[in-house]
Amino acid sequence: MINIDSIENGIVIDHIQAKKSLEIYEALNLGELDCPVAMITNARSKKMGKKDIIKIAQNIDLDLNILGYIDPNITINIIKNDKRVDKYHVELPKEIVNIAECKNPRCITSIEHELDQVFILTDKENKTYRCKYCEAKVVKN
Amino acid sequence: MRNLIDIKDLSVTEIEELIKVAEDIMQNPDKYSEKCKHKKLATLFFEPSTRTRLSFEAAMMELGGNVIGFSSADSSSTSKGESVSDTIRTVGCYSDIIAMRHPKEGAPLVASTKTTVPIINAGDGGHNHPTQTLTDLLTIYCEKKRLNNLTIGLCGDLKFGRTVHSLITAMSRYENIKFVFISPEELKIPTYVKVNSNIDYIETKDIEEYIDKLDILYMTRVQKERFFNEEDYLRLKDYYILDKEKLEKAKKDLCIMHPLPRVNEISTEVDDDPRACYFKQVAYGKYIRMALLLKLLDIK
Repeated sequence: MINIDSIENGIVIDHIQAKKSLEIYEALNLGELDCPVAMITNARSKKMGKKDIIKIAQNIDLDLNILGYIDPNITINIIKNDKRVDKYHVELPKEIVNIAECKNPRCITSIEHELDQVFILTDKENKTYRCKYCEAKVVKN
Repeated sequence: MRNLIDIKDLSVTEIEELIKVAEDIMQNPDKYSEKCKHKKLATLFFEPSTRTRLSFEAAMMELGGNVIGFSSADSSSTSKGESVSDTIRTVGCYSDIIAMRHPKEGAPLVASTKTTVPIINAGDGGHNHPTQTLTDLLTIYCEKKRLNNLTIGLCGDLKFGRTVHSLITAMSRYENIKFVFISPEELKIPTYVKVNSNIDYIETKDIEEYIDKLDILYMTRVQKERFFNEEDYLRLKDYYILDKEKLEKAKKDLCIMHPLPRVNEISTEVDDDPRACYFKQVAYGKYIRMALLLKLLDIK
């Protein structure tokens, strides 16, 4: 087992489905941060068998709602002075922007590439998102 | 500034107001003949159309206004590669209101974010066609004298038929509406249309099965331009042909509608049947568009 130091202050994104951490790293633009960011893949988990974890060594203002779209089982832990001060699941965001791409060849986004790819949550129960422009259902990769 | 992108942009009350104004225009056309004097409507049709474009243009002319625009993408800068956004920003400088048809779904929504003049969606691919729906609602109201307590049969291409989707959405807001969806398996109504509208419906492949129950029979064309595969189109295009024989069991006051253009789905022998309302529907289309232009231009 590789040891990754615990963080004094920051955010731990836990219970990520194994091999999904890179997608989250990119969705949250973590490569743009100045602080240390650790990405652990295939960590052992009693609940999940294998899981990924991301540790961000700074309490910064990130739009974490997008994680609800990628994987609603993810847990967010806020660490302050070596202690976990908050733990929660993120809710499904009402809207996602430039995270998924509309696959409908008839959609205006298929020819006007400068448009943001916007999807709206239309059915919370079934976690359905539809394209803001053509209402096609999002196809998850 | 208001736009009409989706029929849901209008409340039931607003639709009732539009219908009232349209009825008043039909009865007192002179009263409205100069209401839009010095106003310009731009009709931007990136896809061919006969009725919708001419109906908008006739509507604006009868209100005393002027019309500019183009009737195909080939005769606009789109053929040089100009984006919808840039075309709209440009036309917004020359006109007071824009009616646009575009083959790409969502194009009018994009347009509405690029200009300060009102945008009317005159059809975006297989997605929405709200002014056809307003036409349909005015037709139903004028012919049946009500918009509630109706059994409506929708027949043909229910998958790509944008008029059908918008009509279901609009009618689902009225009380005691029952739908009968008549289509081949390949052209069935999408699940999301049924789920989102929370409607009471039956599905069948047989046009005659429930014809005696219908107050409205809304026929649609199988649209060649929506198919990527010519073979599928040829196989399905003549799946339903409404003729005198099929109408034998239908109610005496059935209202037969069609957004037109018709190909083979309604035999010409039905045209003289008093129940055929599809050409009256065309006329109603002009009046409801006149009412809509007045509303969006905020002219009383």
